[in-house]
Amino acid sequence: MSHHIVEVKDLQYHYPDQTPALGGVSFRIHHGESVAIVGANGAGKSTLLLHLNGYLTPTAGEVRIGDFLLTRDTVQDVRRTVGMVFQDPDDQLFMSTVFDDVAFGPLNLGLTPSEVSARVEKALETVGVAHLKKRPPHRLSAGQKRRVAIASVLSMSPDILVMDEPSAGLDPRARSQLISILQTFHHTKIIATHDLDMVVDLCERTIVMHEGVISADGPTMEIFGNDELLAVSCLEKPLRIQGCPVCSRRS
Amino acid sequence: MHMADALLSPAVGTTMWAVTAATTAYCSTKVRKSLDDRKIPLMAVLAAFVFAAQMINFTIPATGSSGHIGGGLLLAILLGPHAAFLAIASVLSVQALFFADGGLLALGCNIFNLGVFPCFIAYPLIYKKIIGSDPTSGRLLTASLIAAVIGLQLGALGVVTETTLSGISALPFSSFVLLMQPIHLAIGIVEGVVTAGVISFIWQTRPEILTRAAADQPLGMVPIKPILIGLIMATVLTGGVLSWYASEHPDGLEWSMFKVSGHEELQAPSAGVHSSLEGVQAKTAFLPDYGFKETPGNDSGRLGTSVAGLVGGMLVMLLGAGIGLVLKKRNAPILSNP
Amino acid sequence: MSAKIDRVLYEIGHMDSLAEADTPLHRLDPRANLLTTAVFIVCVVSFGRYEIARLLPFFLYPAVLIGLGDLPLGFLLRKLLIVSPFVIFIGIFNPWLDRTVLLQLGALDISGGWLSFISLLLRFSLTVGAALVLIASTGFTTICMGLEKLGAPRIFAVQLLLLYRYLFILLDQATRMIRAHALRSFTRRGRITLRVFLQMLGNLLLRTIDRAQRIHMAMLSRGFTGEIRIVRQFRFGPKEFFFMFGFSGLFILLRLTDAVSLLGHLALGGIR
Ligand SMILES: Nc1ncnc2c1ncn2[C@@H]1O[C@H](COP(=O)(O)OP(=O)(O)OP(=O)(O)O)[C@@H](O)[C@H]1O
Ligand SMILES: [Mg+2]
Repeated sequence: MSHHIVEVKDLQYHYPDQTPALGGVSFRIHHGESVAIVGANGAGKSTLLLHLNGYLTPTAGEVRIGDFLLTRDTVQDVRRTVGMVFQDPDDQLFMSTVFDDVAFGPLNLGLTPSEVSARVEKALETVGVAHLKKRPPHRLSAGQKRRVAIASVLSMSPDILVMDEPSAGLDPRARSQLISILQTFHHTKIIATHDLDMVVDLCERTIVMHEGVISADGPTMEIFGNDELLAVSCLEKPLRIQGCPVCSRRS
Repeated sequence: MHMADALLSPAVGTTMWAVTAATTAYCSTKVRKSLDDRKIPLMAVLAAFVFAAQMINFTIPATGSSGHIGGGLLLAILLGPHAAFLAIASVLSVQALFFADGGLLALGCNIFNLGVFPCFIAYPLIYKKIIGSDPTSGRLLTASLIAAVIGLQLGALGVVTETTLSGISALPFSSFVLLMQPIHLAIGIVEGVVTAGVISFIWQTRPEILTRAAADQPLGMVPIKPILIGLIMATVLTGGVLSWYASEHPDGLEWSMFKVSGHEELQAPSAGVHSSLEGVQAKTAFLPDYGFKETPGNDSGRLGTSVAGLVGGMLVMLLGAGIGLVLKKRNAPILSNP
Repeated sequence: MSAKIDRVLYEIGHMDSLAEADTPLHRLDPRANLLTTAVFIVCVVSFGRYEIARLLPFFLYPAVLIGLGDLPLGFLLRKLLIVSPFVIFIGIFNPWLDRTVLLQLGALDISGGWLSFISLLLRFSLTVGAALVLIASTGFTTICMGLEKLGAPRIFAVQLLLLYRYLFILLDQATRMIRAHALRSFTRRGRITLRVFLQMLGNLLLRTIDRAQRIHMAMLSRGFTGEIRIVRQFRFGPKEFFFMFGFSGLFILLRLTDAVSLLGHLALGGIR
């Protein structure tokens, strides 16, 4: 195993209606790295993430996950390696109870029922919602849904966790609980988000996207220190490093 | 309109269940074999959409009354007949279970009336034939209108036929038809207009959805043979079951047959038919179960039996209420887990 | 109108939470409940159209179940009432069309039409009651799994589960649309014209189709290959056996013999 490296080379993508969404994106992410992908609305973040588990097929360029070049033949293996948490947990939690939902992935991996139960329990424990096992997803709060969505991916023991706006719509407490849950996950993390304060907490590296291309890629603190770059990419400095007296004291 | 358990005889109810179950199994196999796993969530979410859409009422122009969509034809257009049938069946099942709309035995009839007709007749044989390969907005409206009206007329006829064959309602076939068909003509027109409107909205905003839906079902793909075989089987089965039922329970069927053309209050059948039917009535009005007779008389013995029956029935009912109450109070652990 | 949706949401939610209770009834294997309900309904509807007395003992079943499952009688009765109009509408013709006197209670002549109408109402209460009790004591998810175990096509059972899951979300979206419309239509008191209605429906439909695509995406990324698997162990043990055969036996007995008349005679004899 080449340690679950995620490598994207000159990735281009046009949606079927000819909207150009990605215009040549390249990067390489190593095992255990935690990387944020930031950028304005419509910059192409979600589109990029959808390539990482083979949902979209590149118009040009290539995606390589660990040992696999992403093709039609390897897509199942790739999906086993990459766990994807979608933007809207209502899309992700499609089964009628929390248990069944978290069990969906492991069952598709062909595990036995007892192994499946063990994995489900463990994943739900990890995100702290084991008591909600029998609940239907429509009777959960936004934060609980998000945790279950993460559990549904953790239960497949992915090596790489890809998340699209995991903190959107969460109240401050749920958000900080989410951050601490994510801090305990030591594999590769790739997170697309508008929550730059969370980026400061979770990711040592940040990729900035602007109109379908990468406009910057480097250590988070350096990126957020570059006012000019932030302005061009329609981003604002996180409160934490704006010299805010309250937050900076905390960090 | 939904058929109800209370209006059904077991012969009709179970026959329709069998027919519906067979159609469901057939459609499930078809959908699974189509290897288009995109459809699995799509079917379900569109079914949920129809459910939600039925809750939105609009004001019907120039009438002041309000209408909503049924959704059968729309689902058939968006999903193709097999997947649409399953979606309709699931909507009706949820309605039967949660809102007791219809009932469980009547579910077979309801799925048949509201699923088979739009999916396997109105859509492939009417809508697709009219709309052809290049849909114009005029053609879309004509196709939707005719298909929706015919689908719903057939459905209403289904309700009438099933009710009459069951013989629980005393409504004669002809008056029931006169009652149901015009209502469903109006419902069908509304359905057709709304379906055409929604489809043309999609056509204007996101045409690729419709072209994709159409690409899934090559023209003329809907096989007529299995449908015909199914219908023939259903007929034979119904005939068989009904005749068995008729021989076992002379009351059920003959009563309903009698009612089809009886009762001069509503119509005047020819004297011959009428008098012969009167003979049937004389035979069947005597109900051995009860032991009381059509002619009022002071036959206390017979009357006694029926009063005794009522008393006995009420006693058991009270007993049931008592048991229920006691159980509820204590929630007695008769069947509890060790 | 959005009140209608709210009511629907409330009712489904309420039925759902009833099913979450943990009583002896709730712990039964759903197959036992399903099959018993089926036998019950077939027995009830198989009586002749004038039958009244022999239908009455069948109320024993819902009563016992309401007791065992600790279900709220008032709520179930209200639901029964809400769906009664169609049956009443069809049945009310009976007394009018069928005026042959079939029964005399003292000076009171009762026509066949009235008998069959009352019988119809009893059948209606029994069959609908049984269905309501079934869902309130078993829960929709469990019923679907039970259906699958009894041989319903997997893909259909999965459809039901998914439909149920997304019903709430779509009803919620519909409510928000209606509310947004009502807030901006000052003169028309929230009445929706056909043109607006079509746009609303079209928009809702587009969003629904997009959602289906995202769900499919989420399924694929968790290894979906066309088959949805669910683990659920059910056990058809002695309790289920006792429940199912006990009740079914009773129903069949009540159907085949005239036990109530016998009982009535005994009671009347005792009074004398
Ligand atoms: N299904 C689609 N069909 C056509 N164009 C699309 C589709 N989805 C996205 N786009 C377009 O692709 C571009 C990139 O969109 P994308 O969703 O990747 O942005 P994003 O960075 O995730 O934005 P946000 O922060 O709003 O989530 C946008 O111009 C968008 O309009
Ligand atoms: Mg996005």
